Formats: sequence, structure tokens, C-alpha cells
Amino acid sequence: MIRNFFKDRKVLEVDVPLIGQTGVTDLHVDCIEIDMAGERKYLQSSPEYFMKRLLASGSGSIYSLGKAFRAEEIGRYHQPEFTLLEWYRLGFDEHQLMSEFATLIKNLGLDCKHQILKYADIFEQVIGLNPHKATLVELQKIASIASNRDFFGDNRSDCLNLIFSFSVEPNLPDSLIFIHDYPECQSALARLKEDSQGNVVARRFEVYLNRVELANGYVELNDPDEQRGRFAADASLRETAGKKIMPADDNLLDAVEFGLPFCSGVAMGVDRLLMQLLGMDQISQVMPFACISDDISHE
Amino acid sequence: MANYSTNEFRSGLKVIMDGDPCSILENELVKPGKGQAFSRVRLRNLKTGRVWDKTFKSGESLEGADVAETDMQYLYNDGEHWHFMEPDTFEQHQADKNVVGDSAFWLREQDTVMVTLHNGAPLVVTPANHVELEITDTDPGLKGDTAQGGTKPATLSTGATVKVPLFLNIGEIIKVDTRTGEYISRA
Repeated sequence: MIRNFFKDRKVLEVDVPLIGQTGVTDLHVDCIEIDMAGERKYLQSSPEYFMKRLLASGSGSIYSLGKAFRAEEIGRYHQPEFTLLEWYRLGFDEHQLMSEFATLIKNLGLDCKHQILKYADIFEQVIGLNPHKATLVELQKIASIASNRDFFGDNRSDCLNLIFSFSVEPNLPDSLIFIHDYPECQSALARLKEDSQGNVVARRFEVYLNRVELANGYVELNDPDEQRGRFAADASLRETAGKKIMPADDNLLDAVEFGLPFCSGVAMGVDRLLMQLLGMDQISQVMPFACISDDISHE
Repeated sequence: MANYSTNEFRSGLKVIMDGDPCSILENELVKPGKGQAFSRVRLRNLKTGRVWDKTFKSGESLEGADVAETDMQYLYNDGEHWHFMEPDTFEQHQADKNVVGDSAFWLREQDTVMVTLHNGAPLVVTPANHVELEITDTDPGLKGDTAQGGTKPATLSTGATVKVPLFLNIGEIIKVDTRTGEYISRA
């Protein structure tokens, strides 16, 4: 059904490698390293870099339906090996892609309304504080209440993540929800823009289905200097956190340099969608060979 | 004691939180796709019995707590301290009012109770779920009282007051649920 959806829209399926020379530089995503005949390689945490290289070389709109890997992630909604549907649409902005996403979900048999909300609006509605304008101290105060202990997250992003995960998400309505215009500090690989109130926001969106995070999308960054800058910033964040520094993917940088067309992309956790379609509440229930950890107790 | 990181938190692990020994009940991974991972941890404060939900950043750690639960025999009360003995080693431990608390109402000499030790010292005394105690004072039973009748207060040998059926008299032994303080049956 997913394949027919893209076939009808003339989006080409691509099959990119699962093993890469480099992993992601992202502070909070750890790749599984493998030893291939004495050489260190990385199981890909998403097909993003390979797909962007194809986009830069003129592939047109593409999708990939395959496995992705992340180290040390086992939980109610997490497995180290999972199925990711990722697609890129040339010329689409975030609103066009969100609308296509909603159509796909409805075609897959989920009969529900969807709502599009701005990050700042839902945050302010639940917390009573503007996430772009609040000071770090104000955010720490709210984060301490949400975590029920003194939370001295030393950066805005950690505080915002904590508040969003523990205070905002549980208050999201019971349907398909798109959240967009993220705070600048959570831009990852999204372009930035100025919103109508003059805040710099990231053109990123997250999709929630019944309060479970399903997908993450961007209007893709295609400025090579900015891209290089974000890789460097990631490296310094990883260094500060005492994590291993991941080398930047030069092939990706070359591709962006060569010219990544204006496009938007989104990646969806297929297992999580399946969970919801089948009314399950643990990801392991839809994965017959899931990794089970006794260390994590499930609610 | 060693420190434990959030990925080592598992049910039953004893840690120090806000100065008190706690037992971890649950640990759930919460990870936004592009953000810091968190552990939502439910823990029981072993001193107060209160249950806390606390959130940690992944990789944060807590100091382990040296906590052991040991079956001991309750020996006697000297007016200030309650004395307990480990049946295997004959090692004795004393606990004061703060530790024993309301459990004192259910301690009968020679009974086996569970003593939670923190750094080797008693932290909590937990009596068996059911204990058998003698009624030392209660209003006399009236003729015609049946099991369907009402209840009356009765004082037990330990000083506890329990509501009992009207037909029971001084000197009888009854079984009580120590968790609820309720009469169960005649022993």
C-alpha cells in the first residue's frame, strides 16, 4: 500500500546501503559500529545521507522503505533495529509534505482528523510560556517541575525536550497532530526562517499519532556552509558530553556543495504506525523478533 | 557504594535519592527522535514508603544504597529500643521509635519479622502480613450476639486497638492483618 501510494505520485523507490563509512554527528543519535574486515563502519541510523546524495545527483523525488539502526535504544517505543519510511519531495515545503503525509496515513486505513499546530502555540497553551522568548532559567524551572527534581539542563534544547516530552505531549489530542516551526536550537538539518512574530524558527515538523511520535520532517538545509557549521557544532556538543566525535560525512558535504535541490523530507517509524493501526501499546508486540530488555520495565 | 547510570536502573535496584535509600520500581525510556533521551523512573523511598516519579537525563547516575532485607526474630523492647536477632548469626540489632513506627503494634516476642537494613542499621521493620495476638481488654460479649452483629473495639497484648465482632472476649487469640489493622478471624 505504501509502495502504491508513491507509485501513483511518481516517487521513485531507492534502496540505499545500510552500512556506511560514517555515522551521524547528531549528539543524541548513536550509531551501531561494526568491524568489517578490520575497518570501522556504521549501520545507518537513517537513509538520509545516501538519499541526499541521490537527490543532489538528480534523482528527483525518492523514497526508501527499509531498516535503520540506533545503538542502545530499547523501550516501549524503541528498538535498536526498526523499519523507517523516509521520503523527499522536490519543490515541496513543509505544508505540502505534511498534507501528503496525512493523505498517506488516511490511505493506510487510519480514519482520523488531523491538526496542524505551531510548536510555540501548543507549548504556550499548555505551559503558559513562549518557548522562543523564555529565558534558560524559566525553562529550567518548568523542567524541574516536569521532572520532579532539580533539573539543571544546561541548554535550552534539553529543557525544551524534557518539557515537551513530559508536559506537552501527554496533553496532545487523540488524533494525528503535526507540530511545526520548532525552536532554533532544535533545528537539526532543517532550514531556518523568521516567523510572523520575528522569532527565528526551524522549518521542521514532528508528527504525533495519539501522542506517540511517528515522524520527523524538514525543509532540507541545502547551504553547504551552514551544513558544515552544524556538523562542527555537533562535534563540539559530542565532545562536551564526553561522547565519541563522529567524523562529518564528506560525501554528503560534497553533494550539498554540488547542489541539493529545494526539497522537504520526512522519516516515519513504520513499526510505530503498525502498533497504532493494530491497537498495540508496545513496539515489541509488532516485531516478532524484537530485542527484549529486562532492564526496562514497561508500564 | 558504586554509582549506577540510568541504563543500569532496573527494578529492585537500591539507590540513594535526596539522601534517602530508595528502591527502583520502574524505568521507562523516553526519547524524542532528535533529542536528549530521558529515563522516567518510579522509585519507592524505603524510609517513608512514598513512591516518587522522577525524570533523569540518560547517563545521569545515582549512588547505590547498601540495603538488605533480612528476616529476624523480635526479642524484646527495653522501653526505648526494640531488639531483633538474626537467626543464623545470632547478631542483634536495636531499632528506635522512628524506625519501628506503627509496626510496634504488631510485634510479638519471638515472632519473625522483616528488618530492612541500611548501611547495616535497621531502616524499616515490617511485621508478617498476619499476626496472632491476644485480646487484653474489650467490653464483655452480650448474650445473643452472633457473627452477623456489629463490632466493638478491643485492645490487644501489644497495645493495638482493633475492631472485633461482639462475641469475642478477653483472653481470646485473634488473627489480624497488619497492613490494614483489621480483624480477620479467631486464631
